[in-house]
Amino acid sequence: MVLRLKESSPMPPQDKIGKRYSPGVYAVGREKIREYAYAVGETNPLHTDLDAARAAGYADLVAPPMFAVVYKAPVFMPALFDPELEINFAMLVHGAQEFRWDGPAVVAGDELTTELIVKDIYDRPGLRFYVFESTSNNQHGQTVCVGTWTNIIRGVE
Amino acid sequence: MSLESGQQIELKTTPDPYVTVRYAGASGDFNPIHIDEEFAKGVGLPGRILHGLWSMAQVARAVTDAAGGAVPGTEASPRGPEAGYTLRSLSVQFRGMGQIGEEVVVSGTVELVEDGLATAKLEAKQGDSRLIRNAVAEVRAD
Repeated sequence: MVLRLKESSPMPPQDKIGKRYSPGVYAVGREKIREYAYAVGETNPLHTDLDAARAAGYADLVAPPMFAVVYKAPVFMPALFDPELEINFAMLVHGAQEFRWDGPAVVAGDELTTELIVKDIYDRPGLRFYVFESTSNNQHGQTVCVGTWTNIIRGVE
Repeated sequence: MSLESGQQIELKTTPDPYVTVRYAGASGDFNPIHIDEEFAKGVGLPGRILHGLWSMAQVARAVTDAAGGAVPGTEASPRGPEAGYTLRSLSVQFRGMGQIGEEVVVSGTVELVEDGLATAKLEAKQGDSRLIRNAVAEVRAD
């Protein structure tokens, strides 16, 4: 099977910079944290052992920092498929990623609300860059993680 | 565990044939280039490739392991969720495609410790192929 490569539009859709997507709420589950910790090879018992997490002062299992990809995905994925952004999937590369965790740690039982904005769209020779910024707040209104995705579309004329 | 300027950070892990399947389930990223050998070859890849964010998670793990854990809470000094993560930020650039079954080596150096915050620079490689370059982590040093 070979994917057909469609042409990217000649101009980047810069009028979509600043576009906001509907916030999504994610309920952090204990077993989801265990599943994620296992998948990435985390061995720290605070992510898998409830007694260890509680002994350390946490109400429940602690999510690894990179669990952010799990609670942000339900908001991020629909934006990638937003036809207004004209993202050419066949040529999509995940170029760079940044996360900041300045707030409290995420634990099972938290309800996190994530908002997403199109931060920037610009062209470089042969490439188109889409930068998304997402902010996730917990049920107390504290920001737990800000993520910046940089996606690159290759083969832009 | 405290971090000191000049300290070396290293983590080695070999992704087994099902790591991308487990990660797809855990993360929700079911892009077939990670889990379907025939599809991956059909789009010109050598085979299924690792998720970039799985590789980034290995960089995060290398840093938090060096810092004594993802959170500062211990039985000796419980501080709870309000203390936040030891890892304050992580930025990476993705490069080569990660192969299944080949050892991933994350390596880096603590370059600066200031006001209780350490800055480490890292990369992730398989042999000579760089999966992640220019990774910068800010981590609590106390």
